[in-house]
Amino acid sequence: MKQKMIKTGLASALALVAGMGAAQAQSDLVIGMQLEPPHLDPTSAAAGAIDQVTYSNIFEGLTRFGPDGSVNAGLAESWDISDDGLVYTFHLHDGVSFHDGSALDAGDVKFSLDRARGEDSTNAQKGLFAGIEAVEVVEPLTVKITLAQPDGNFLFNLAWGDAVIVAAESIEDIKTNPVGTGAFEFSDWVQGDRIEITRNEDYWGTPAKLESATFKFISDPTAAFAAMMAEDIDAFSGFPAPENLPQFDADPRFKVLVGSTEGETILSTNNAQPPFDNVKVREAMAHAIDRQAIIDGAMFGYGTPIGTHFAPHHPDYVDLTDQSAYDPDLARSLLSEAGYGDGFSTTLKLPPPSYARRGGEIIAAQLREVGIETEITNLEWPQWLEQVFRGKDFGLTVISHTEPLDIGIYANPDYYFQYDNPEFQELMDDLQVESDPQARSEMLKKAQRIIAGDYVNGFLFQLPALGVAKTGVQGLWKNSPTQAIDLTGVSWAE
Amino acid sequence: MLRYVIKKLLSLAVSLTVASVVIFLALEVVPGDPAASMLGVNAQEDTLAALREELGLNRGPLARYGDWVGGMLVGDFGTSYTYRTPVSEMIADRIWISLPLALLALSLSTLIAIPAGIWAASRRGSGVDLGVMGVTQLGVAIPNFWFAMLMVLVFAINLRWFSAGGFVGWEAGFWPAIHSLTLPAIALALPQASILTRVMRSALLDTLGEDFIRTARAKGLSRAQALWRHALRNALIPVLTIIGLQFSFLIAGAIIIENVFFLPGLGRLVFQSISARDLIVVESVVMLLVCAVIVVNFIVDITYAIVDPRLRRAR
Repeated sequence: MKQKMIKTGLASALALVAGMGAAQAQSDLVIGMQLEPPHLDPTSAAAGAIDQVTYSNIFEGLTRFGPDGSVNAGLAESWDISDDGLVYTFHLHDGVSFHDGSALDAGDVKFSLDRARGEDSTNAQKGLFAGIEAVEVVEPLTVKITLAQPDGNFLFNLAWGDAVIVAAESIEDIKTNPVGTGAFEFSDWVQGDRIEITRNEDYWGTPAKLESATFKFISDPTAAFAAMMAEDIDAFSGFPAPENLPQFDADPRFKVLVGSTEGETILSTNNAQPPFDNVKVREAMAHAIDRQAIIDGAMFGYGTPIGTHFAPHHPDYVDLTDQSAYDPDLARSLLSEAGYGDGFSTTLKLPPPSYARRGGEIIAAQLREVGIETEITNLEWPQWLEQVFRGKDFGLTVISHTEPLDIGIYANPDYYFQYDNPEFQELMDDLQVESDPQARSEMLKKAQRIIAGDYVNGFLFQLPALGVAKTGVQGLWKNSPTQAIDLTGVSWAE
Repeated sequence: MLRYVIKKLLSLAVSLTVASVVIFLALEVVPGDPAASMLGVNAQEDTLAALREELGLNRGPLARYGDWVGGMLVGDFGTSYTYRTPVSEMIADRIWISLPLALLALSLSTLIAIPAGIWAASRRGSGVDLGVMGVTQLGVAIPNFWFAMLMVLVFAINLRWFSAGGFVGWEAGFWPAIHSLTLPAIALALPQASILTRVMRSALLDTLGEDFIRTARAKGLSRAQALWRHALRNALIPVLTIIGLQFSFLIAGAIIIENVFFLPGLGRLVFQSISARDLIVVESVVMLLVCAVIVVNFIVDITYAIVDPRLRRAR
């Protein structure tokens, strides 16, 4: 007994020493990601990779997303909202400076927001700022934003990566040398290979624990697997090969992080194109689809089924999956009722992600079971954007809508799936100006029910956030409430 | 000789012009608006227009072709749509990976193939010959990306002799840089070395059957002496042709191998740029590669003339 105790004691002492050694040695992190950002200005492109590198690490906004998707204070310490909901007065943190040493003041906020909503703005989410009527500098650390009409989402909008605060002094070279206020500063970019950031020693908030971090770009799924297995990299965010995850899970060197994203994956349906303008046909398709088979087949079991266009982790989510439960017999009888007893054929255009390509094949097989023939076309992203998204030339497509809280797209009759329901549009208009949380919650629930009842699209599953990391890496976000790899709280286990 | 060189130079210029037109037209018809690709699904119409204006996409195809070719002649390859850095800088950065990789692979394949080919030819029909033929048959048949994955599995994941990919950069030193290019170079070299070995062997066997070799043997030279003094030089012509052709294969094959080993070279740049519809980068890099291939062929043509004086006089 005594001997055993000594052994255990020795073992833990050894482990402690080993652990301390590791903690001292490891203050850097190499994190893999699939896509390389085209440049590093989050305020002038849609590429999610830009936000992954810069969000919170390099650039910060007035508000910021937390790991659970909540909106927290960012560069603004506090804010007051006028009773009519039109005027937001933000009080900035004192002593915040950009990486080039210049101090952050209200003028920078005005510059950033005016630039984002200006005439020649190339902001990919310019719509977020459309409601702003004026941005005024009140005091060096106080800025007043006046809206044209109340916007219950305004603080949420300001947390997006596209709304970060930049400085006029460093805007010229922002694309290759981003200067922000974040806990890390940009240090090097070997294009095609990696981006390096180092800790900002003068950070205004809680300093980062890592001294430096490297983002390594590995697009090929097999190469990503090999790099992780060879321990060339410490973590991989958005791991592209879900089929390899069980292997990492079984390996004590690694841990698998499965979380949720804001990506509602849907079988998007052209509501303006016959026969999809008939709600019976859409309802039939909803019952023809076996979500679990798609999740198992295309995502190797990762992903949460959804019954409407809303993230299941959101507190206002309503589980409506039963409303479109898998029932091929019901689907066939609904098709007969709609006058398509012999079925019909349509196009299924698939963008490159594997959830779409693999999922699309399974959906085609399931639809064939009830008599719907699909002609599958695989498209590259630019073609998909041109033909499907902008040209509206499609019958069906599979796509994940990754913007947070984007149910509002169903209120736009010109949006590519062309759902036109005045009742829903009115509800969204009301939601826009409603600021009472309880009422907003009710309205969001009602909105989910309306689109589920209209079977606007085939609601498939919530896209999972799949990550792999070495066992010692702590503090990585499991969920992806926005496209961010926030490293400010990441450290190695001691 | 001079007339021969001038003739070859003229055909070089014509090939380059035709290539530039074909590349430009091919990318003109590729669907997908670069501005829409960059700004994504929530972009507003006026934002897209502003970006197109900024990128100069509003002008006609003839004006853009003129700018492109005119710029290239003075060394200006334009500015990347997505990266917003001059294409010439991007090429300059990445060529220091692709070119050493191709050269390393080429030297490897030549260093393996020529001795192996000579060895097999000099012992025709023996076990050595059969062994070399068998191995090269396998080498031709195995796709290089698959072989690459296999090597990663063995040497990077299990043995940990190499990293699974990536490039440390020349600033890390010469040997570390070569170290990180070793696996990709072997993967690229394997099929080329196999082809080259077979060409070397059969060319040498053909030559050994020629009358002048018989004459040389009749003069009293041993088989080995005849081979080294007379046959080898004559057998090198088809081998040179293949080496020239292989250079283009190495550059094209690098697109796949650079993706498998995530090397930031030209091949990966082309691949990324096509997906991002960064047309100006695609155009310029492809043009550069075409240029390299045409120039290499030109050099090979000139080398023929040096190795084989008959060619100079005949044309």
